[in-house]
Parts: sequence; C-alpha cells; structure tokens
Amino acid sequence: MSVVEIKGVTKTFARGNVTALENIELELQHGEFVSLIGPSGCGKSTLLRVIGDLTPPTAGSVTVNGKPARQARSDGDYGIVFQDSVLFDWRTVAKNIALPLEMLGWSRDRRRARVEEMLDLVELRNFADHHPWQLSGGMQQRVSIARALSFEPALLLMDEPFGALDEMTRERLNLELLSIWEKLGSTVVFVTHSISEAVFLSTRVVVMSPRPGRIAGVVDIDLPFPRTVETREDPRFFALVTQVRELLRKRGEHLLPEEAAELL
Amino acid sequence: MAAALRRASVVAAAALALVGLWELYRWIWTSAGWTWPFVVDKTSMPHVWTIFRAFGQPTQVNQPALITILFHKSVFTGKEALVGFAVGAVVGFAIGIVLAHSRLLQRGFLPYIVASQTIPILAIAPMVVVWVNPKLPGPLQGWGAVAVIASYLTFFPVTINTLRGLRSADPRALELMRTYAASRWTILWKLRVPASLPYVFAALKLAATASVVGAIIGELPSGLQDGLGGAIINFNQYYSFEPQELWATNVVAAALGILFFVAVVAAERIVVRRAPENVA
Repeated sequence: MSVVEIKGVTKTFARGNVTALENIELELQHGEFVSLIGPSGCGKSTLLRVIGDLTPPTAGSVTVNGKPARQARSDGDYGIVFQDSVLFDWRTVAKNIALPLEMLGWSRDRRRARVEEMLDLVELRNFADHHPWQLSGGMQQRVSIARALSFEPALLLMDEPFGALDEMTRERLNLELLSIWEKLGSTVVFVTHSISEAVFLSTRVVVMSPRPGRIAGVVDIDLPFPRTVETREDPRFFALVTQVRELLRKRGEHLLPEEAAELL
Repeated sequence: MAAALRRASVVAAAALALVGLWELYRWIWTSAGWTWPFVVDKTSMPHVWTIFRAFGQPTQVNQPALITILFHKSVFTGKEALVGFAVGAVVGFAIGIVLAHSRLLQRGFLPYIVASQTIPILAIAPMVVVWVNPKLPGPLQGWGAVAVIASYLTFFPVTINTLRGLRSADPRALELMRTYAASRWTILWKLRVPASLPYVFAALKLAATASVVGAIIGELPSGLQDGLGGAIINFNQYYSFEPQELWATNVVAAALGILFFVAVVAAERIVVRRAPENVA
C-alpha cells in the first residue's frame, strides 16, 4: 500500500504570481526513504508542506495512509522535523519529547516509558533533564527527531533537518537517522540541498527543477543496506551522485547563474 | 556565593555613594551660600544621619519609636499593595488573553484600557471608595477599596505585555502544534503562555512598584490613617518642624517597593526557564 499519493498537485502563490509546484505526481511505498532535492525555489519544501497539510495545494490531491492530507494531519499520521529543532526552551529534553504524547492524551507512565525508549534511540539518555539551550545544535536536532518519532507515526517528514549543522555532525547524524529508520521501518520524506546526503540516505531521490516547480527525474538508489562510512567511498555511490548532478545540471540550463553555481 | 557577596557589596557601595553625594551637595551649597535651585538648609535637606536617627525616636511623647510605627503602617500598606498586585496581575493577564484571541475585541477595547491609565488615580479613587466599600465584608472594609485602586495601576502593564508576549511564540512552533492538530486552547497553554512569561514578568516588575504607589495614593482619599499614605499626609503637615520624619517615611516606602520588586525577580528565577539570551 502506498503511504503517500500525490496526484496532479499544483501550487501557485497569489503574491508575485509564482508557480511553486506544477502538476506533481508521486507515490511513496511503505518503508521508502525518499529525498527531494533541487535548487532554491524548486518547491521541494512546499511539496513537503503540502504532504503535511501545512500549505493547501491550489489543485490536485494528496492522500496519506489512504486518507486526505487534512484527515491524516488531525489523526497524527506523520511526525515532522524542521531545519531548526523548534524545541520549547521551558521544557526539559524529556518533556520536549513527550509533547506530542501529551497531546494524544497518553498516561504519565506510558509517556515516561516511551520517552526513555526514545532517549536511548537518539543516545541522549544522560541529557533527559537538560534544557535545550544547554545542548549542541546536533543534539538539539536529535531531540527534535525523537519528538517526531515518539508517537510512532507511519510517515516522517524532514525539511532540511541537518542543513544548519557542520559537515561532520551532519554525516554522523545521517548514520544515526538511517539506523533509526531501519529499526522502526517508517517511511521518510527528506528535503535536502546536498546531493551526497540525498544519495547516501535514500532508496529514491526525486530531483526537482524550478520555475515552475517540477519533478525533473527520479533516481533509484540501489546501494546496499546497512550503509556505512565505506558507502561514501563506493564507486557506485559516486556514479549515483553524478547521475543526480547531471539531472540537476540538465534542468539547470535555464537557472539563474547563482543558482546554477550553488549546485555545481 | 562569591557572586552574591559581590552583588551585595555593589549595592552597599551604591547606597554609600548616594549618601555621600547628598552630604557633599549639602556641604557645597551651604558653605557657598547658593540659593539656586533652592535654599539648602536643615528643612529642605536634612542630614542623612538626622533622618536615620529619627527612626529610633518617638514622634510624640509616650509613643513608640518612629520605626515601630512605620513598620506597622508598611505592613498595612503592604497588605493593600499585595492584594492589589495579585488582583491586577490576574485581571491584567486575563484581559490580555481575551484580547489576544480577538482582533475585534482588541480594536474595540484597547483604546479604553489606554484611556483608563491617563485618568489620574486621585480622580477615580473617591468613586472607587464609594462604590466598592459598601459591598465589602467587614474584614475588608476600608483597605479593600485601596487594594482595588492599587490593582487599577497594576493591571495595565500586565495586559499590554501579555498581549505582546502571547504573540511572541515562534511561528515554526505554532506550525509544529498544527501538525499535532492542537486546539486553540492547547496551543494557548502549552505554547503561547509559556512563551509570554518573560514579557509578563517584565510587566510584573513594573506592576510590583506601581502597586505600592497605588496603595499609598489610594489611602489619601479613603481617609485611612493606618498605612504609609496616612503617615505621609500627617508628616507633611509637620514638615517645616520635623522634616526628617517625612524623609524617614519615604525611605520606608521605597524599601517596601524594592521588597515587592525583589520578590517578583525571585519568582521569575523559579518560573521562567529560558536560555539566558532569550529572557526579555
């Protein structure tokens, strides 16, 4: 069964008369890890927000778990991670992770048990009682991931979650995210700017092009799991990175020069 | 501990410096015989030690020392101010929450709330006394109306800052709450109110000192003799003979205001858990 089904989705913004998305068709199967990549303005974040019912599409339909996106949102069918961790300063790490569970009306004992599990999963057991500002950026983002996964949503939406982190932290968190994903078997939509990150993490990479936002091509990533540090040195990895880059470049002919530079 | 000690010594040094400035000004003006902007003598500017000596002396024969009298009066005024502060803070916060949820109500009522603060408290105090006092049960008679007057000064900054604070929630955090399909009520209690607390506490600090001023002024038209307001009126009449008594009363009133302020700061430390750079 497909977890996400996007049919003929178009999104225009009245202000500036911008077509952010034009006639997008995409289907995500259960357990897939799909990255959306493209230059700024290609609509990748908008597409993610449409899936999460944070932005309504102008035309077309999105179903999540066979339900309209709005229904899926109110049923708590997905967890979301933004570029910033968006943690609540006044809550401890444990209480931040428990936030969605409180909304779902879980009992105190059940919440505590789940928070313990999540702290183990993101390896922050010793930081349960810390406040967010006492953590590094990478740790904050791990808390944010734990919060998004705490209620075991079928779908995890991630909008450039590691975009603000340094490269070393980013690579370590990539590995962590993959091991969590393998453990939980959830479906992930991952928006990124980074070609190598997209290839390293995904089972499929969706390449998008701007003005109007369209799908330029889809690359199946057939690298074996589990992926490790060595995966990044595999010739097949480089071949796939090149393939994604070619797709971006071909579509990039009508890009503004600075956008093209960003991708090369 | 070392930091607390250092802070205490800074406060003490500032107090000493102020005393020094007072006496220095006094000395220069009296020895030079300057009369601008006012004549400096023992009536206009009594010696600091005269003021402090007044604390230990009775104001009338067979009366307790001034400090004892002022202590009882400041407990009375403090009670009015505390109740006024609490009522004003709760009412101000509630008005802020209601107005934050309706732009229409905000447009309609905010001008009147602002207008309420431009009317001098002395002008409304007699009405409040006449309206409120008859409705109060026995133990609240008299001082209850003064507490209401104090709350009139307190609620305004709390309302204004609550309004601002409730709107200070991070838009991305609001979006996160949307993904949980959170109700308005849940968003209010779990996100908007906690986010507003640094703003609310900034207002409570203003309100703390305003409530003491409100209580003192509220006592004047109420004709109450038991508080600092009554003492100030009383010592005003004898100012040309015993100026140090009014000055001593002012010192006590200031100390009461500082006590209220410090209590709010202490509460803020406990309640507001925020990254140091995000505290408003």
